[in-house]
Amino acid sequence: MEIVFVLLDDLAFLIGVTLLYSSPLIFTGLGGVVTESTGVVNIGLEGMMTLGAFAAASVAYYTADPWLGFLAGGVAGGLLALLHALATVRFGADHIISGIAVNFLGPGLALFVSRLIFNGATQTLTVPNKIPKLFDGVFPSKSFFDLILKQDATVYIALVLVVVVWFVLYRTVLGLRLRSVGEHPLAADTLGLSVERLKTYGVVASGVLAGWGGAAMSIAVVARFSPGLISGQGFIALAAMIFGKWTPHGTLAACLFFGLAKGLEVYLGTRFPIPGTLLAMLPYILTILVLVGFVGKARPPRAVGQPFLKERHS
Amino acid sequence: MRKLPPLALTGLSLLAGLIVGALALLAAGYNPFAAYATLIAGVFHAPRDWSFVLIRSTPLVLTGLSVAFAFRTGLFNIGAEGQYIMGALGATLFGVFVPLPAVLHIPLTMLAGILCGAAWGAVAGILKSRWGINEVISTIMLNWIALYINNSVVSVEGFRRPHSEASLQILDSARIDWLGAWKTTPEGLAFRESQPLLNDILRTPANAGILVAIVAVILVAFLLEKTVLGYRLRAVGFNKDAAAFSGIAVPRYVVISMALAGALAGLAGGLQVQGVSREVAKLAAMEGNGFDGIAVALIGFSQPWGVFGAALFYGVLKHGGPKLQPALGIPMEIIQIIMGSVIFFLALPGIWQTLANTWRSWRGNRVRSSR
Repeated sequence: MEIVFVLLDDLAFLIGVTLLYSSPLIFTGLGGVVTESTGVVNIGLEGMMTLGAFAAASVAYYTADPWLGFLAGGVAGGLLALLHALATVRFGADHIISGIAVNFLGPGLALFVSRLIFNGATQTLTVPNKIPKLFDGVFPSKSFFDLILKQDATVYIALVLVVVVWFVLYRTVLGLRLRSVGEHPLAADTLGLSVERLKTYGVVASGVLAGWGGAAMSIAVVARFSPGLISGQGFIALAAMIFGKWTPHGTLAACLFFGLAKGLEVYLGTRFPIPGTLLAMLPYILTILVLVGFVGKARPPRAVGQPFLKERHS
Repeated sequence: MRKLPPLALTGLSLLAGLIVGALALLAAGYNPFAAYATLIAGVFHAPRDWSFVLIRSTPLVLTGLSVAFAFRTGLFNIGAEGQYIMGALGATLFGVFVPLPAVLHIPLTMLAGILCGAAWGAVAGILKSRWGINEVISTIMLNWIALYINNSVVSVEGFRRPHSEASLQILDSARIDWLGAWKTTPEGLAFRESQPLLNDILRTPANAGILVAIVAVILVAFLLEKTVLGYRLRAVGFNKDAAAFSGIAVPRYVVISMALAGALAGLAGGLQVQGVSREVAKLAAMEGNGFDGIAVALIGFSQPWGVFGAALFYGVLKHGGPKLQPALGIPMEIIQIIMGSVIFFLALPGIWQTLANTWRSWRGNRVRSSR
């Protein structure tokens, strides 16, 4: 009987850690879904996440209000995304090149401003108040449900957003329009939709979501921004989007799975270092396998990555 | 409407990037002129500064060439980062464990780097030619897989240097820094005492890497412009369908192209180990050598000598950047902001074309009305 309880506690711990590490990925992965649905590739998610994480931590530090920090993270990510939208949607720039520029600019700006306002340091000071936890004190401490349900509010926001994004994309007129410009922009244009505006919505929304993903990292998972904080999570989110076959629910599943890999890495890491690094590369290997078709075929939106310049068609 | 020549586009983008950098400095309350003056002065201050610029430019030339080469053959190699990591790892393993006389050890260690990079590049090439997987996505994934392979291998007992997060150091016979081991011997120190200028350069890890990089520039230019292989590779890049129609086995050339691009990035990693670091370390995050290579390739307009010039330019910024902090208190990340802006403007040929057209029509109207 004793051993069953220990196992249950371990299981609960693992589920809790999985949710914790998944939440930044879920935000950013949803961002990837939204932008690619409108046909714009955004490998700048990494840079937007980094800038969002920094903005959130510094605003949360100076105002002592984590929710203002969270908002600031979204705004910062969204503004950087606006640049990407301007380049790719308005001026027909190559999506990848613009994304690379964003990945230079995001971390560059974050560290530049950090050194200015935190006395030459590339990491912010610890925020006084982190994002609050839900179900705090509802269950006995370290009990099964406490370990699973007592989570940062951002975890629950991320889960709710999965439903919201799914609903908007598949059950509303706006969603149909967003997806139509990703599948066949010329048809959408012919029907009188503004392809430019819809794509811009998609890209900016992805930046806001990535910024929130960064915030979920810097003021919920930990309590400060540092240069290595995001290191690659934007790219993991991109991988999760592909692994999830460009859908919100699939992306959620992929993020949970990658979060579990991360959780196991932390759980095992100290005792067995090599399986730890193998687990760390698992998301990337699986993504390639998915693309190869070993784990079911994935299909991106048809017109993804192609610039749509109206005058070329008229 | 006349199209802008590439050189004008590059020049305008560089200028615009420097202006954005200046605006960022102004907004932060610094004098941009003082900043840029310090940057340039910092590079021409002493002989060791020239040496450092060359040392910093060496990997950039090669990762830039890697990306540029792939570009010219119609592929986007985001994977130079991972190929660099694999090259550095391969060269270190060979440099540590295979004792040979220097005359063999130096070129074979380079070859180990080249082969590991090429193999890693070829994986992306095969994924594309066999399963149609976009190389942008696959190389992003392969970069991270390479990083974790590096971390796994470095932590293996026997290769890991005890009490450290790095590998053992390569044998002296594989080193390519000038007078590498000799310069710290008593005779070496006595000699350096008598030669102040040379001594200043020998204080840096000055190495033969830049010469190898120049040879690579020449070889890539020759390969692309003067050989049948290069012609076919470019044909595939220019129009895949036309190339296939004229009898070129496109899938095979995709693999060849990615392997060669990987070889160049792998060589960059190998030379860095042989000339500067002598070891590989556990990586917490990407170092950015490959991503910097993308910037260099774009600025150099994917022309081999253009890449060389762009790498020197970036080398200057990279060496001068950290000097801004102690001198003026300016965060060195201003370099990243400048480079990001330059790439951004390079990605926007539309904006320059619009500006050029507006300028021409405005000037045209003026000429007409003055008649």
